[in-house]
Amino acid sequence: MRLKLVPTETKINFFKVTGVTLGLSALVAVLSVVAFFVFGLNYGIDFRGGTVIRTATPAPVEVSVYRDVLSGLELGDFSVTEVVDPGAELTATERNSVMIRIEQQSDDPETQNDLIAEVKSALDSEMEGISYLQTDSVGAKVSGELVQAGVIAVLLAVFAVLFYIWLRFEWQFSMGAVAALVHDVILTIGVFAVIQIEFNLSIIAAILTIVGYSLNDTVVVFDRVRENLRRYKAKPLEEVLNLSINETLARTVMTSITTLLALGALYVLGGDVIRGFTFAMIWGVIVGTYSSIFVASPILLRLGVKRDWDKDNGAAGTQYANIDA
Amino acid sequence: MLHFPLWKKTLIWMICLAGLAFAMPNVFYTKVEQHNDALAALEQGEAETPDLVAARDGWPSFLPSDLVNLGLDLRGGAHVLVEVNVADVYLDRLDSMWPAVRDVLREEKDLVGTVRRQDTSEIELRVRIGNAEAMNEAVTAVHALTRPVVSLTGAGARDFEVVADGDEIVVTLSEAEKIATDDRTMQQSLEIVRRRVDEAGTREPTIQRQGADRILIQVPGIGSAEELLALIGRTAKLTFNEVVRQVANPDEAAGLGNVILPSVDEGEGYFVVKRSPVVGGDQLVDAQTDFDQNGNPAVSFRFNPTGARLFGAHTSSNVGQLFAIVLDDEVISAPRIQSAILGGSGIITGRFSIDESTQLAILLRAGALPAEIKVLERRTIGPELGADSIAAGKIAAVVAFAGVLVFMILSYGLFGVFANFALILNIVLLFALLSVIGATLTLPGIAGIVLTLGMAVDANVLIFERIREELRRAKGPARAIEIGYEKATSAIIDANVTTLIAATILFAMGSGPVRGFAVTLGLGIITSVFTAIWVTRLLVVTWLKLRKPKTIEV
Repeated sequence: MRLKLVPTETKINFFKVTGVTLGLSALVAVLSVVAFFVFGLNYGIDFRGGTVIRTATPAPVEVSVYRDVLSGLELGDFSVTEVVDPGAELTATERNSVMIRIEQQSDDPETQNDLIAEVKSALDSEMEGISYLQTDSVGAKVSGELVQAGVIAVLLAVFAVLFYIWLRFEWQFSMGAVAALVHDVILTIGVFAVIQIEFNLSIIAAILTIVGYSLNDTVVVFDRVRENLRRYKAKPLEEVLNLSINETLARTVMTSITTLLALGALYVLGGDVIRGFTFAMIWGVIVGTYSSIFVASPILLRLGVKRDWDKDNGAAGTQYANIDA
Repeated sequence: MLHFPLWKKTLIWMICLAGLAFAMPNVFYTKVEQHNDALAALEQGEAETPDLVAARDGWPSFLPSDLVNLGLDLRGGAHVLVEVNVADVYLDRLDSMWPAVRDVLREEKDLVGTVRRQDTSEIELRVRIGNAEAMNEAVTAVHALTRPVVSLTGAGARDFEVVADGDEIVVTLSEAEKIATDDRTMQQSLEIVRRRVDEAGTREPTIQRQGADRILIQVPGIGSAEELLALIGRTAKLTFNEVVRQVANPDEAAGLGNVILPSVDEGEGYFVVKRSPVVGGDQLVDAQTDFDQNGNPAVSFRFNPTGARLFGAHTSSNVGQLFAIVLDDEVISAPRIQSAILGGSGIITGRFSIDESTQLAILLRAGALPAEIKVLERRTIGPELGADSIAAGKIAAVVAFAGVLVFMILSYGLFGVFANFALILNIVLLFALLSVIGATLTLPGIAGIVLTLGMAVDANVLIFERIREELRRAKGPARAIEIGYEKATSAIIDANVTTLIAATILFAMGSGPVRGFAVTLGLGIITSVFTAIWVTRLLVVTWLKLRKPKTIEV
């Protein structure tokens, strides 16, 4: 007996609901953009500059104790948060750890150096056995460049695949794929704006992977569309698209599940350092799967496809061969 | 699609075996690492101690011994990104031009009249001449001193630009020369930083030039970035200057050719010293930690012959005068010259701790940085956090792996087993590749591997689903499998090429941890396509031949 998440043959009409889904997607995308401008992203020091110190103590220390010690120093804006990692117990890596974030004070390296030393000596004298798991300090100059490099990377990736799909398919396909892709990226940024998880360099990596994954999904559906367009020359485009989505549905679900399985393990057990990253990936896989069915294909449908490509190269023999294949 | 020629079969299995062989050292990580370290130590000519020999023999040398490097975030250590202030050197270049300019103009004294250097706050050399009418001749004379610069952009460019401004000649560095100077400054800085880090005896540091004027330094195992910065952050420019007088007020006029420098010892106020040093730190051949007569830590040094001659000449003609030992524009000490010092060696005393004197000795031995450096980014990862990350990453990977394996068997039965075999091989090949190219595994890199796990089955899923479809169309097992592979290939290629494009861009644009992720993701895609298209197919085909089943269930 096989585990089957999707029935052997499905005949779901995905286009019956496109009005609703496209509208919903557009709405959520707009909300994401609004959230981005209203709440902003919780940028990590990679993008904002500043200092982060992560400590560990043998016994639990209240966050307020840290605050009291640190407010004695002239640090400007700072925040102290407890590091909560539910998976740490399972992986035996539990520590009493807090994260101290200090706003960028000046670009002068000496000041930053003194600042870290000052914080450390203050904490050393107040808390016995304290150790420093991590101290990061990024200057404003670099952080600006990192933002720029990140944005350029995402744009480059989008254009590169746009070009590749245009090369392998038709331009309508690449418009559909890129619409889905932009949708995924916007929604990911939106969710980061709403729940205010730290947005750092590794999130950019996650977004780029989402770009790759979303396309992966879309391309598999489109590959089938291309094949079915050749096979059923008389069928209306809508039916061909619907058929193709149905035929690839089992694969779409299977791959999403295995990927989510792996990401889920990483999210729970992988430690808090990469939790934000895995969260972005999980969200991206879900949104990416949705968008390849409910965004990419409807847009392809609206743009229409040139159906007579075989006549172009005049290869009548290929047409014949395609009937059986 | 179902027929494999013998050579292809052999090749596939050879690749798999090679993968196993090259991935294996990572299973015995500590042992192999000790073996590699011991081997390197012995090659460096270290004496054979029982420990070293035991470590070397702990891993047979005929086996592959390349390991996946662990990144800073997994091993702990410090990461510092600094910017070299390349413009610092421009003024030195112009200063060094002055004597030649003076000499060439004095030769024409009858024509140009008096020659005097002007003080200026710009990066330029300003010379006033007495007779402004002879300006053209003067400029031509100075221009004759400039040399052509070989560069890609400015063909025919000279190293200095000479223009007239009223009765003054202004000499500036040309753009081409600036670029050439920047490049030299960066080369020197890299070399000095490397020497200092090496002197401190840390293992496997990464020291790279980044962009036009930056240096990235990563040192595993060092306690903190501050420790690293204490070593590389200082210019450590040592000079011996003649003291003109001692003053209390730093704003007093120093006079032409002099500068006012603060004393390290605050009670002593400020010193007015001659700008051009008697001897510079570049004339040192050795510096060692030492103690003075009172048993306080100090640094003893020795000059090379040129330095010794200059120092000897100065001290013998200035007995009874003060001279200043200046480090990075601060006077460390200003002893009185008791007698001529002709031996070419001396001792620097100051209020050092032992650590400070050791560090100063290292800095002096390694040489001064040609320009000041500025810290842009510093990160320290404690070894505990690295160990935690490895532990968590391992467990997550194992759970993810097990989950995917079980899920595949539940979904595809025997074919799931084939896919799982390919999946395991996929990870083996990935580690083999990472080891051979000497890639660095970071925490996001582990995430990349785990993600690859999930996505690697995609190719197989595509194929199996396709075979299922073909079976429903009432095709025989062999035919269905054949068509399944044939039809799925274009989807697999297109889907993976797009992900590969994303990974490549990540690699090209990303830095540090992001790059590590891109490497594992990109390599993972390549190995997963290989294992899906070749390995599982070979398995399925072999099974088909042996069993010749009438019907199959996928």
